[in-house]
Formats: sequence, structure tokens, C-alpha cells
Amino acid sequence: MHVENLTLAYGADEPVVTGLTLEVPQGRMTAIVGPNGSGKSTLLRGMSRLLKPQTGRVLLDGKDIHQLPARELARQLGVLPQGPVTPEGITAAELVSRGRHPHRGMFARLTSEDQHAIDEALAAVELADLRDRPVDQLSGGQRQRVWIAMVLAQGTQHLLLDEPTTYLDLAHAVDVMNVVHAAAHASGRTVVTVLHDLTLAAQYADNLVVMGGGQIAAQGRPVEVLSEELLAEVFGLRATVVEVGGAPVVVPDRRVSA
Amino acid sequence: MTAVEQAVKPRTLVLGIAFAAVAVALALVSLSVGTTKLPVVDVVRVLTGGGDGGTRLIVLELRLPRVATGLLVGIAFAVSGALLQTLSRNPLASPDIIGVNSGASAAAVAVIVLAGTGGGNISGLAAKVGIPLAAVVGGLLATLIVGVLSIQRGVVDAGRVVLIGVGVAAAANSLVTWLLVIGDVTDAGRAAAWLAGSLNARTWSDAVPVGLAVLVLLPLALTFNRSLEALVLGDDVASSLGVRVSRARLALLIIATVLAAMATAGAGPIAFVALVAPQIAQRLAKSDRPPLMTTAMLGALFVTAADLVARNGLEVLRVGPYELPVGVVTAACGAPYLLHLIGRQQKGR
Repeated sequence: MHVENLTLAYGADEPVVTGLTLEVPQGRMTAIVGPNGSGKSTLLRGMSRLLKPQTGRVLLDGKDIHQLPARELARQLGVLPQGPVTPEGITAAELVSRGRHPHRGMFARLTSEDQHAIDEALAAVELADLRDRPVDQLSGGQRQRVWIAMVLAQGTQHLLLDEPTTYLDLAHAVDVMNVVHAAAHASGRTVVTVLHDLTLAAQYADNLVVMGGGQIAAQGRPVEVLSEELLAEVFGLRATVVEVGGAPVVVPDRRVSA
Repeated sequence: MTAVEQAVKPRTLVLGIAFAAVAVALALVSLSVGTTKLPVVDVVRVLTGGGDGGTRLIVLELRLPRVATGLLVGIAFAVSGALLQTLSRNPLASPDIIGVNSGASAAAVAVIVLAGTGGGNISGLAAKVGIPLAAVVGGLLATLIVGVLSIQRGVVDAGRVVLIGVGVAAAANSLVTWLLVIGDVTDAGRAAAWLAGSLNARTWSDAVPVGLAVLVLLPLALTFNRSLEALVLGDDVASSLGVRVSRARLALLIIATVLAAMATAGAGPIAFVALVAPQIAQRLAKSDRPPLMTTAMLGALFVTAADLVARNGLEVLRVGPYELPVGVVTAACGAPYLLHLIGRQQKGR
């Protein structure tokens, strides 16, 4: 996936992302981080078709995503937007089955291939035994994993996830991140995810993209990118970065008045 | 592993068949009761091509148009409500709440009052073509106004649709009141009876336009089933799944509006059918959205049952031989349900 000179804006407002170019490593996990309002979610929307760019283009295997037919694109690129709507009463398996939409005909029943993809996706997020449970009765972490299973069932080579761990406590966030990491490393998909937790992003990502003011402030392996200087400069955060098990951990400095 | 989902879930299918069976049974009862009571056997005989001339006249010419209109407007209103509720993800967004029926009514009343001959019936062509056509134009206009005013930051805000719709409905209703005031007394009287939602004295010219609308638009709506399945997950998800969201929304909005407008033209703005039928069908089917065919059958059942009560209720209660407009009965059933829905929504927030 290749992003070329992308400028993104909502309506006639000032551009949120300006002239951004980014090469996404294939079969790896890329995390986009950045302070609030830095344009990270906007960038993700621009990389899918949820936001039409003012300039530039996004290439998927060499083809402009805006040139592809909608269903064709949906078979190659899966997107999990922030805060999707969970309909009342839908079961986990039913929700995951919706991921098969781009593969199905107007009235066709689920084929054995569809069934297989659904079973596999539910197994990947470790929810196979809760498949018939209504999603609104699951915990926040389980619900988020069902949604990820829906995108996995879509069977796309590329995945874009917008803050999949928001509102989750650390244990549930780790569950979700394990699933996302496996999607790249065990299944060879290219994963791009927006995250707000720097330490979590650094733990899991192969490639870290730091956004600041609608531009890429830094990019590369987390250990190389996440420095105390960068945190001060981009996030305005005074913090100490320590390395644990090869990945940087951000420890914010306390500012306690005497 | 069990199958996740058939084309239609067995529960939904069984419900749909049950609703259809009850609707047909009620329709047969409806054809048999009236000033001349006929045994149901005779009604069935007439419908299958037999029976004597007198019975045939009563059943086929006098009662069947009314019953058929009832079944068809029930289907049309219910499907319209199901589509609008699914599109806006709001159980309150039905054509009777968000002004579609009111818009259609205002336009139809304008035709009755302004083209009325003052005392007599309006001329044949105006009634046959003018009222349905005006209703569709009025309904689409109301939908357009609600849609445009609900746009925020480039997209239709589902939450605003109901509020703005209520406003548009109020505006259309005041237009109706004004038309009734300036209109000829006889025309205004006819319009007022029609406005309550009535199946009284329906003829085939009322049933046929709704029938055509249902025949064309219901199958068309069903072809969008798969898109609806994705749209309930939110526009962003639907779009990521390959649904062309704006196109599907526009098409479904037009289908829903024309169905409600044609039903309004056929029998007046019968209240609450479009609101209640989809919600009950969805609850009973345990589905994530109103199942279209099952909702359609429940709508047919609801209107037919309500009309039976409207025609015979007062007589059974020995209050008098008067007939009520069917809309009064549906409103009596639907209003408490509306209050329940509003209460539930407020608790949810």
C-alpha cells in the first residue's frame, strides 16, 4: 500500500492532512500514533474510501483505490471505523457473517467458503464458543473482537483499524492487540492501525508512524522512533523512555508542585 | 458447525407465514360481515369463481375493493416504515412521524379541495390520477425537505431526521387545515373523513394504484436486502463492505416515500401502521432490523383487523350502528406504543 501526496479535508474546512506520502510495509503491522487532532484518524479514512482526498492518491497493489469498483475494493481492503454501530439483538456469528458481503450475490445463501471464513475469524479472535450470543451482551473487549472478526471474515489482504482499543481496559486492549498482531504475523496481512496508547503501539507494531500537525513527524521501528526528544516535540510531553524486552516504554514525568 | 444464517431465518419465515394466514382469514371474515351477512363458505365460493349473482355483487364489487385496499395499504405503510427505520436506525422514523404522510395528505387534500366541483365528486380523472400523483409529489417533497434540513457536515444526521420530520409534519398539517377552511363545505367534509384514514366506500380505483406500487416496489426493496444488512452496521462499515451507500440510501428513501404516499392516496394517512408493524415484527423475529416480508404481512394483518373493529366495534358494543374510520382504531392501538417507544429511547440515552 502506497500513499502519495495525500491532502485531506472535511468539506471546505482547512486541510487536516497536507501532502502526505507514506509507504506501508507489506505483511507487517503499522501503527499510526500522534496527539489529538494530528490527523491520524483522518489519514486512515483517506487511506480507505471513507474520505475523498483533495489531492494525491492511495495505491493498492499499484491501483488507485478510487478507480476500483466498490465491491472489488472491499475484497482487498477491510476497514474497521471507530465506534461502529452494533445493532440490537444481533449474534456474534451473524455480525461476523456480514463481513462476507463483498463476496456474496444478491440473494445467495452463505457458501461453505463463507462459513469457513466466518468460523476461522471467530476462532482467530477466540470467540468460537460465544458465536450464538447477542453481541450487546458481550463485554467491551469481546465486542471489539467480534468486530475485528467481521473484518477478518472479509478475507482482505489489507486491514485498516481505527483505534480498536479505545475505551478498553489494559487486559482487554492486550487481547485485542494480540488478535491484530496475529492478523499480520500469522496470516501475512498488511495491517495499519491507529492507536492512542504509545506503549501499546510500540509493543506490537513493526513500523511506527508518528503524526504531528497533518504531517508525518517520524517513521520507523519503534525503538528508533520513540525518543524523549520526539515526545517533547510532537506531543509536548515530558517523559522518560525506557526499553523493556526490546520495545520502548513511555513513562511520563510527574509534575507535582512542591 | 451449524449454519450461521439462511437466506431467511426459519423464525422469520414462520412468523411471516403465520401473519399472512391470519391476514387472509381476517380478510375472509371481513368479506362475510356487513349489512348482509354471508357465510364464509359462500365468500370462498365467490372468490373461486362460483356463487350467485347477488352474492358475487356484494363480495366482488362492494366489499373486495375495501378489503383489498386495506391489505395493500397495510403492506405499503409497513414496508415504508421498515425501510425508513432501518435507514435512520431510529424506531421513531416512520412516514407517519417524519411528515411523509402529512406531505402526501396536504397535496391530496389540495387536489380534493381545489379541483373539487363543490358538492359533487371531483371529476373521474382528477380522482383516479390526480390524488395518487399529488400524494407522491407531496410525499417526496416532504422527504426532500426533511432530508436537506437534516444534513449536517455533508451527511444526513439520523438523529435530526425525527425532530425535523415532526416539524415538517406540523407545517403540512397546518396547510391541510387552511385548505379545509378555504374549501367548499362538501369537499372539505370529504377531505376530513379521508384524512382520518378510512377504508369506507373504497373502489377498485383506490386499490389498483397501491397494488401497482406494492407489486413494483416491494420486490425492488427486497433486492436491497443485502445492502440493508450492511447499512444497519453504520454508513462507514457498509461503505467498507462495498455498499454504495449514497446510492442505496437514495433509492430506498424514494421507495419508502412512494409506498407511503400511494398508501396515503388510497386510504388516507392511516396512523401508526408504519411505526408499529416493523417494530413488532423485528421484536418477534429477534432480528437486527425489521424483516421486510414479515413486516409487510403484519401490516396487512394490522389494517385488516383494525378495519374489522372499525366497521363492527360500535355495533358489537351496542353503542350504535356507526362506522369508525380505520385510522381511529390504529391510532388507539398505536399511540400507547409510541409513548412506550419514547420512554424506552429516553431510558437508553
